[in-house]
Amino acid sequence: MIKKILILLFILIPIKANALIEVDITRGNLNPLPLAVSPLSIDEESRKGFEKILKKENIGSEISNIVENNLRTSGLFNPLDKKAFLQAPDIANLKPRFEDWNLIKAQALITGKVNYIDDKLRVEFRLWDVLAAKEMMALAFTTVPNNWRRVGHIISDKVYERLTGEKGYFDTRIIYVSEEGPKTQRIKKLAIMDQDGANNKFLTLGNELVLTPRFNPASQMVTYLSYFKNMPRVYLLDIETGTQEVVGDFPGMTFAPRFSPDGKKIIMSFAKDGKSDIYTMDLENRIVEKITNHPSIDTSPSYSPDGKYITFNSDRSGYQQIYVMKNDGSDVKRISFGNGLYGTPVWSPRGDLIAFTKLHKGKFYIGVMRTDGSGERLLTENYYQEAPSWSPNGRVLIFYRETKTNSKGEGFSAKLWSIDLTGYNERQIKTPTDASDPSWSSLLSN
Amino acid sequence: MRLNKILKNTLLVLTACLVLSACATKKEVATDIQGQMQGDVYTGTDTVEYLADGVPDRVFFATNESILTTASRETLRAQAAWLRKNPNINVVLEGHADERGTREYNLALGERRANAAKDYLMTYGISSDRITVLSYGKERPVDSGSNPLAWSKNRRSVTVKAN
Repeated sequence: MIKKILILLFILIPIKANALIEVDITRGNLNPLPLAVSPLSIDEESRKGFEKILKKENIGSEISNIVENNLRTSGLFNPLDKKAFLQAPDIANLKPRFEDWNLIKAQALITGKVNYIDDKLRVEFRLWDVLAAKEMMALAFTTVPNNWRRVGHIISDKVYERLTGEKGYFDTRIIYVSEEGPKTQRIKKLAIMDQDGANNKFLTLGNELVLTPRFNPASQMVTYLSYFKNMPRVYLLDIETGTQEVVGDFPGMTFAPRFSPDGKKIIMSFAKDGKSDIYTMDLENRIVEKITNHPSIDTSPSYSPDGKYITFNSDRSGYQQIYVMKNDGSDVKRISFGNGLYGTPVWSPRGDLIAFTKLHKGKFYIGVMRTDGSGERLLTENYYQEAPSWSPNGRVLIFYRETKTNSKGEGFSAKLWSIDLTGYNERQIKTPTDASDPSWSSLLSN
Repeated sequence: MRLNKILKNTLLVLTACLVLSACATKKEVATDIQGQMQGDVYTGTDTVEYLADGVPDRVFFATNESILTTASRETLRAQAAWLRKNPNINVVLEGHADERGTREYNLALGERRANAAKDYLMTYGISSDRITVLSYGKERPVDSGSNPLAWSKNRRSVTVKAN
């Protein structure tokens, strides 16, 4: 379904290691960096060529719009209004007149051009430091024209990485549960979209209840919970081929699945006789291992990025709290000790933090703590929100939020939201229907 | 000194007022859902259906709990008696939670609640072969309200005929 992207990437001019502009993303960025995204220039012949295949009048502007939108939503950059630009795109790409860009207060400038060559889309772009009047980066890609949106995302990732020193997260997708219908009889479908909400597709028809899809960090596989034939079981879905299979042969409900960081195992809960324990299944040899053995509810397991530890949710102390153990189930330690209940721990891809949902005095919070439980920080408070999922660079969390109904039971909604790790830049991610249980993919290209 | 005393008295009066007004609001809430909740367990009959005459189909739970109340045990004894009289009927026990908990934990909690009901039916002579447990977590509320009464109706285990 999703074509493997073939991207030829080469560096036009080697990147110099000079200290040019830098964006510090470890602090809440209240002053986003002003930058100008000059529309990619395009010659008339190429423009017509793309218009014919892609039905887009000017593919150069379209790609630039994607870049601009990505950089803006990151909260770290402030793309300036194109109407203020003094220099034409084609000339800017050859040699920007830095005084002109300086005048409109741009500190960085992105220029480029797009060509239609041998039925392929070829893009080159450059990133300029306006104050230093220097080129920071120049890259070119060639790909099939249908990949034009991804080209925009890849440019965004490269610019983000060059300016912040960390990998981007724009060339990624989000799998989630689409919701429709009354609250008492919700119809739920698996859906997938690009990180910016484009290319939304439904993966199931809504005949059975589906919950908690999660990406394999190493491939295009997804694991999720389905009530197919009224038997809640963990399934595996290949989103390229559409094939599905049930995971393991358990005589009861399996739920709360996630992949190990290498993508070779699924970790999940199995509920029986009022107890829920954590199990793993190796996807190659199908060997099932029991990891926890306790009369309590043990669920929502998540591996550390090195695979050596597992964080999970248990009520063995009497209430829902967060625990960390070794990957064989030994050395169980409780790490959440604040007021309230704690659930849905998810280990950051950077390894240093665990994101969680906290319930305290009738409010729900999304927060982060260090892996020993210290340094708890609550990022956002609301009537109901849960299920944080990390962007692949560990800088942004996506989660879902539900609204309170009125006295007639009306007004319910479920939406996806994202927030920066710093607690700034909270924003809703638009979806065609109500949405919940988001999971962020790894970068599709590196 | 006198000023101090006056101040103290005013404070006392003020505190008394505050306590009274707090009481008044609390009472209002209590009357609103009077007769429908005990502690935070639903005791009303709004949503209850009947498997047979005098055999209610569901039992209710306190927040985060899976302990059966006296009323729940009575309901389950009636269900057990009905099941003994109808040996060909099998049942599914559907466990549910309210919306004030994380999804995955609630799936486990629903399973635990349905199992509490199952264990009780078994002690009254119903074979485990006749009982299937199915948790819906918070996915299938009966009341879509966002208030304590609605939540109390949703924290339930429902016995459903399987055949």
